[in-house]
Amino acid sequence: MLGTGFAVSAGAEEVVVYSARNEQLIKPLFDAYTQETGVHVTSLTDKEGPLMERLKAEGEQTPADMFITVDAGNLWRAAKEGLLKPVDSKVLQGNIPAHLRDPENRWFGLSVRARTIVYNTKKVKPSDLTTYEALGDPKWKGRLCLRTSKKVYNQSLVAMMIYDYGVAKTEGIVKSWVNNLATDVFADDTPVMLSVAAGQCDVGIVNTYYFGRLMAKKPELPIALFWPNQSNSGVHVNVSGAGVTQYAKHAAAAIKLLEWLSSEKAQNLFADQNMEYPANPKVAPDPRVAAWGSFKQNLINVSKAGELQGEAVKLMDRAGYK
Amino acid sequence: MKPYVLRGPFERGVTFVRRSFLDRWLLASLSLAALVLTPLGVVLFSIFSHTNDVWRHFVQTSLFTLIANTLWLTAGVAVGTTLLGVSLAWLTAACDFPGRKWLDWALMLPLALPPYVVAFVSIGLFDFTGPIQTALRAWLGVEKLWFPRIRSTGGVIAVMTLTLYPYLYMLVRNAFLTQGRRGIEVAQSLGQGRLRGFFRVALPMARPWIAGGLALVLMETLADFGTVSIFNYDTFTTAIYKAWFGLFSLSAAAQLASLLVMIVFVVLLVEQQLRFHQRFSQTGRSNVADRFRFRGIGGWIAFAYVFGVFLIAFIVPVGQLTVWAAGVIAEDVDLQYITFLGHSLFLGGAAALLTTACALVLVSTNRLRNDLFTRMTVRLATLGYALPGSVLAVGIFIPLIWIDKQILSWVKVLFGIDIGFVLSGSLLAMLLAYLIRFMAVAHGAIDSAMNRITPSLDETARSLGLSGFSLLRKVYFPILRGGLITAALLVFVDVMKEMPITLMTRPFGWDTLSVRIFEMTSEGEWERAALPAMVLVLTGFIPILLLTRYSSREIK
Repeated sequence: MLGTGFAVSAGAEEVVVYSARNEQLIKPLFDAYTQETGVHVTSLTDKEGPLMERLKAEGEQTPADMFITVDAGNLWRAAKEGLLKPVDSKVLQGNIPAHLRDPENRWFGLSVRARTIVYNTKKVKPSDLTTYEALGDPKWKGRLCLRTSKKVYNQSLVAMMIYDYGVAKTEGIVKSWVNNLATDVFADDTPVMLSVAAGQCDVGIVNTYYFGRLMAKKPELPIALFWPNQSNSGVHVNVSGAGVTQYAKHAAAAIKLLEWLSSEKAQNLFADQNMEYPANPKVAPDPRVAAWGSFKQNLINVSKAGELQGEAVKLMDRAGYK
Repeated sequence: MKPYVLRGPFERGVTFVRRSFLDRWLLASLSLAALVLTPLGVVLFSIFSHTNDVWRHFVQTSLFTLIANTLWLTAGVAVGTTLLGVSLAWLTAACDFPGRKWLDWALMLPLALPPYVVAFVSIGLFDFTGPIQTALRAWLGVEKLWFPRIRSTGGVIAVMTLTLYPYLYMLVRNAFLTQGRRGIEVAQSLGQGRLRGFFRVALPMARPWIAGGLALVLMETLADFGTVSIFNYDTFTTAIYKAWFGLFSLSAAAQLASLLVMIVFVVLLVEQQLRFHQRFSQTGRSNVADRFRFRGIGGWIAFAYVFGVFLIAFIVPVGQLTVWAAGVIAEDVDLQYITFLGHSLFLGGAAALLTTACALVLVSTNRLRNDLFTRMTVRLATLGYALPGSVLAVGIFIPLIWIDKQILSWVKVLFGIDIGFVLSGSLLAMLLAYLIRFMAVAHGAIDSAMNRITPSLDETARSLGLSGFSLLRKVYFPILRGGLITAALLVFVDVMKEMPITLMTRPFGWDTLSVRIFEMTSEGEWERAALPAMVLVLTGFIPILLLTRYSSREIK
């Protein structure tokens, strides 16, 4: 009992998953997969940073066959550290649009979330809003709420802005946001929306599924989503996704599972669990999600968020964005 | 810094005891120190991995803020927990007032609350969007009003003080129960007043306990990640995370971590200084009759103060958790909770036994041979508490895997079979990781208790021919019992709350209550974390109740 570790039984069809995505969001999928195929899926959750360190330390002997995490920056990092192997699969390439997967096919986005503007419907008209960068306009002085720059979702957003506008211009934008803050930045997206609803501030930037979750609980809140940058780069999207580990012992089984996760059947379950958009364009989002309207996405490959993440973190430090 | 010297037969070196026996003690302590220092070394030596410009970036942008923030926080929490811990311990241990009997153990209950949960609850209650400010705005009919900011330095200090004071309370309570009152009696018989007796006699006598408890509180504060990140208050810990998991600069993270460890080491040295010149006192049996009884209104004021702390530190957060848990219980509760509970209890119990036993070895070694080398060894063996949890978890995992790979390749060579990892992902590894982390907690409690044993007791015991292990068993152990119980309880509850090491080292399927909390909070679903948090608190009741009964029976 005390001495047995992860001795993975050979022979039995199984896939071992390391996941930084919540257990309650992935377990139903794995259960469905086991029902359908008989293949057993074992999963272990942790934060993405420690999980990657773990994969690195385990090296060739790792019991993990698949790595699941949120945020393209994290996926890019795992690929760059050599933790994921390229998967040449017609199915995956057909199911997942090019800008939502690694150009070298080491990881694939499985669900899409937009990081967009939320506003107070009593105090702001949609016509007052245009772009992310316009939130730095003096007219929003003392009216903006943001989540901390320590959260990877904001790091990815700023990384994509660096790709679109360059460092100097982006730093100016972030500085102007900081100047407009109504209160100290928050640790989570939900308090940002609550503050917008309560009138502490009028606008904020949040992930769509946080908005969906909050509205499911408190539909009376006077807040709505706005899709910015529709006349230029488009709305910043991010993914949760997965890849097959470099030293997977059950690589073929892991690829099959990955393909299944991108299929129409699984995509709804994967996205709707968390009110996200399916990555597979053939699949319609949950009606509650579809009700927020359609929008033009930023089609730059999301892996850029990873490449420029370090740059983005430093830029936000310099701009005084805590 | 003056070295800290025990006055007694030890400074002459031990002449009564067989040398070989001592070497066994020292050897045991050295291996414990090595066990703790390995993961620390793994982390700190990453400084010498490729250097980059991340460190410079920190120096240019935020290092000054980090240092200032960290100092403010530690100073504030130190003052806050000392005032709370000492005053509460004095009231419940040496005085009598309405409700004292149940408040005595109730004051320990906040131990079972994970600090990050309390942080979340208090921001939820007191921030602009919380019920209090919302009601005030509605009542006054205004859109905005001035209200003290909860998300501020003061707010972080308040929350941490309220979650960490039990460490001090438990240790100092132990001190007052066993000797405080007697000291006061002596002072009174010499014509001193009660209050003067407290300040002139009882407080100085309790110094080792206060110092020990304070050292624990400060280590916990410096290594905290959960609370400060909910407040978005930048400290060394948040910077280490940013460097490592945001900028992926292991070397900058290690540089920051080594600064942090250095600060902790300074704290520990200051603690030693506080104990310098300490007096030893015989342990006296004190009975309930000589408690100080407040008369009339005074008793109710005492009650109001103690109950007030209990209300804010425990009832309010638990009340909020109950409301949230009630909201999700229908969809979230399942039979798995029995498994989580079992795992949490098992790990807490096993780690408490192991850690307390090892800490007793350290303390005893220090007692049997009090030279500088031994003292340093023992001190180093408690440093696992100084690093933030996730960083230590990685530091523990790397050498574990290394050992596993050696085993794996040898078995392959010898028997030609692939056995996979045997050590990492085993419960043994998990318990070792907890041992490394919480050695300081157990050590602090036992060491304070050991300090009250007078050197004359050693001499008497020795003249009767007792030495080494029998000396421990027959003489020290009965006196240390209160300290051992406190140590086991603290470790038990700490392990149940612990998150990063549990996540990193648990075998497949070994989810605990704190893992469940992580699952719920990792994407900001805090209200759903209320259910596992509530179960954790209720579970924390059990050992607290059992052990307080046991320890109060012991000290009549």
